[in-house]
Amino acid sequence: MSHKTPAELRYSKSDEWLRIEGDEVVIGITDFAQDQLGDIVYLELPQVGDTVSPGDPFGAIESVKASSQLYAPLGGEIVAVNSDLESNQEPINQDPYGAGWLIRMRPSGAEEELLAAAAYIQHCEDRAH
Amino acid sequence: MLKRTPLYAKHVAMGARMVEFGGWEMPVQYSGIMAEHNAVRTSAGLFDISHMGRFMVRGSQALEFLQYVVTSDVEQIPLGQSSYGLLCNPDGGIIDDVFIYHVPDEYLVVVNASNRAKDWDWLQSHALSFDVELEDRSARWVMLALQGPAAEALLVQAEGSSADALGYLPFHGVALTSLFGVNVLIARTGYTGEDGFELFFDLDHAEYLWDALLALGAPGSVKPCGLGARDSLRFEPCLALYGHEISDTINPYEARLGWVVKLNKGDFVGREALAAIKAAGPQRRITGFELEGKGIARGDYPVHSVAGAPIGYVTTGMPAPTLGRPLGIALVPTPLSAEGSTFDVIVRERPVRARAVKMPFYKPRYKK
Repeated sequence: MSHKTPAELRYSKSDEWLRIEGDEVVIGITDFAQDQLGDIVYLELPQVGDTVSPGDPFGAIESVKASSQLYAPLGGEIVAVNSDLESNQEPINQDPYGAGWLIRMRPSGAEEELLAAAAYIQHCEDRAH
Repeated sequence: MLKRTPLYAKHVAMGARMVEFGGWEMPVQYSGIMAEHNAVRTSAGLFDISHMGRFMVRGSQALEFLQYVVTSDVEQIPLGQSSYGLLCNPDGGIIDDVFIYHVPDEYLVVVNASNRAKDWDWLQSHALSFDVELEDRSARWVMLALQGPAAEALLVQAEGSSADALGYLPFHGVALTSLFGVNVLIARTGYTGEDGFELFFDLDHAEYLWDALLALGAPGSVKPCGLGARDSLRFEPCLALYGHEISDTINPYEARLGWVVKLNKGDFVGREALAAIKAAGPQRRITGFELEGKGIARGDYPVHSVAGAPIGYVTTGMPAPTLGRPLGIALVPTPLSAEGSTFDVIVRERPVRARAVKMPFYKPRYKK
């Protein structure tokens, strides 16, 4: 099964994607991750103003079958969360890189090891077997 | 090395997602757990459950032997019927839950995939004292489940006109018939809370019958389903799953399966211990619950009293697809298993208030 992995994004080993927009970073979960989870039915996101350290859980995402923590790929302050997802999490499955975005952060510098698209695709394949 | 059913290649070719379950490489989902779950509640779904163990028991003392190793009263299963039973240890802990089918001259005992070897050894060790022969037919037979309110009407189309057994098959009935020209042992049993059938037949016909059953009715009438939907479908009517609601360290009274234990039928393994447990009353008990706070309970999450003391754990929890809200089953001290009791489920280190509710969450719609 092939998944979308846009070349312009960066990725964490825990399956979050990052898009740099000026001095802010938009974060969501990858197409691979949403496909592994299946139909998402529950989402827990941080509050605007919260600060997180790299590698910390910043929320949780759940499907019928599975529960998964969300990990901050970098440290910083939460400046926005996607509140449209509160009542309906379908966009995370349908459009994980667009309408399914999760949080917007102002990074403080510290970050986890981030991957380019090719390295992330390899990381997904390594776990498939 | 993971074991595979005769339909493994079929599942992979059809795009199922395969996972490990009880030592088997099985489809967890095809189109998605929600879609498959809903198909079984509203139309029909087809499951490959060939990973289950299927043992034949025959011989002049087949009945006496089964009476000795299971807790239920096997004498009450007439020819052409089947019934739920438990294998218990001498201390009353549950070795496995089984389904016993009374067919001509023998009994078919269906056991859980993860317990196949353990059950076989256990049954063999007791068989020595009886004039009885056990045969493991698990590898030779395929086992499929066609479940859902449309199952009967669809399956009748597959039945040869001379067979005509299906429409008359009562709840838990079992009979021989012919489906698409293949000899099939068919039973009106299942694990979904819906009307439906389980089919046993020679593995030579595995792919042929799988394809033929999926093609029944208008396109899409029968959805191929995986173990994910099997779990959510059994969870809503609160059907026990080994390793969750029942195990070696959980007895039938704790699991609310006292109705499967017939203390007056004569001697059987575990009887003495079970009589004592029943007389004293179980210390802890299975209860259904719903969360009053935000979150989803999952199996193995700790349960605390409202004062914060660890008192139990969640056996199964998930957002129930048909009920549309997160529900759970937990093992808690008996007083807290009463409807309306409150306790906390620890979700990612945070206590979330839960209230005990009536089981089952979903009333089964069996055809009686």
